[in-house]
Amino acid sequence: MTWVTKTLNSTLGRKLIMALTGLFLILFLTGHVSGNLLLFKGDGGQAFNMYAKFMTTNPAVKLLSYLTYISVIGHIIYSILLTRHNASARPVSYSTSKGGTNSSWNSRNMGILGTIILIFLVVHLQGFWAEMHWGEVPTISYDGENYKNLYLIVSEAFKQEWLVALYVAAMIFLGFHLSHGFSSAFQTLGLSHKKYSPAIEWIGRIYCVIVPATFASMPLYIYFSSL
Amino acid sequence: MKLTLKIWRQKNAADKGGFVTYVAEHVSKDMSFLEMLDVLNDQLTEKGEDPVHFDHDCREGICGMCSLYINGKPHGPLQTTTCQLHMRSFSDGETITIEPWRAKAFPVVKDLVVNRSAFDRIIQAGGYVSVNTGGVPDANEIPIPKTVADLAMDAAQCIGCGACVAACKNASAMLFTSAKVSQLALLPQGQVERKTRAEKMVAQMDAEGFGACTNTGACEAECPKGISITNIARMNREYFSAVVSSENM
Repeated sequence: MTWVTKTLNSTLGRKLIMALTGLFLILFLTGHVSGNLLLFKGDGGQAFNMYAKFMTTNPAVKLLSYLTYISVIGHIIYSILLTRHNASARPVSYSTSKGGTNSSWNSRNMGILGTIILIFLVVHLQGFWAEMHWGEVPTISYDGENYKNLYLIVSEAFKQEWLVALYVAAMIFLGFHLSHGFSSAFQTLGLSHKKYSPAIEWIGRIYCVIVPATFASMPLYIYFSSL
Repeated sequence: MKLTLKIWRQKNAADKGGFVTYVAEHVSKDMSFLEMLDVLNDQLTEKGEDPVHFDHDCREGICGMCSLYINGKPHGPLQTTTCQLHMRSFSDGETITIEPWRAKAFPVVKDLVVNRSAFDRIIQAGGYVSVNTGGVPDANEIPIPKTVADLAMDAAQCIGCGACVAACKNASAMLFTSAKVSQLALLPQGQVERKTRAEKMVAQMDAEGFGACTNTGACEAECPKGISITNIARMNREYFSAVVSSENM
């Protein structure tokens, strides 16, 4: 084994990959939520459709999207490796354990939260991302140029109560996942300092509420404005 | 006080083990938890039964030898060592569940006694200074800021009891290892072996089969010496900077 593989196979190395992929996914979420704010523009989806075309055709964005796919897959694979390793470290479990007295529920259940988010992700990608890439999306013309009308797909989809409920519920789970994951990633990277850690924790607490809440407001807005 | 004790009994490492229930009567609230077990063991011995085996040594809260997972928490309801836990922390008629530390790296020897030599091997891997540091130096001869010396002394308070491993949902030894890495990495005498120490101690910690850290903070909350998880962040920095810059392949 070279020093690189040895490091990445160590518990600290695996944690490093979890932290780096997690932080990249936090950056992705920030971009994703910002772009999707165009859904609120009230222009019949023109700005959103033009943005969707840019996001699927621009080469720089393509590179970022590949990094996102790698981060998602890496985050999942390493979480499985770590969870299996951690389970093997305690073959006989306690009959009574009061974890709630010394740590938060979400910090102890990141795997469960992550699995729920993964299930949501499959539904989400299948409904919009796969449709945009390979589906039969009707086109719309702005100033003589043709655009895939993703806004139509989105606004039709969110007329269904169950899908809106699923999205809102998934964002609550995402919020809990981020509420531990945000500051935890910095701790794993060793970025702990009495000058900066309070700010990191503070930003994390705001981020884990604002971003999922903004995401959740999109299907709610579309649903209620369609009534 | 009258108490019901649900105690883990296990003949040896190979035995499957299980809980046995005992009733402890006339327990004084001023007894320490270990004294309460001493009284129980006296009664068991008089009856010709095998006494409950548990670890203890100084009974002053400084050696780290006593363990016990009491009612779902290492060292019981208080953030202290079991020898400094008194029966006034419990109420009359209560059922108390007593289990050994649970970790693959801490195999049960008998009953509540576990083998914690995995910690010794982590120390042996690099938790020492092998350069000659000479005799007792004159005051202020070695320049070190008070704030840094304090951080090193905070880390050095770790008594290696293993409550961090016991409390962690992953049975991770990162709080222990990071305290031992930190106490030397912060001081001038620890600089010579700084990189090799971080690499070797982390490798040994993994080889012993401890879990990884999920940053739940349970270890810090249960540590009887209040070792901070900022030490874990320091160990991560030490380790990552060591592996990218050391001469060790």
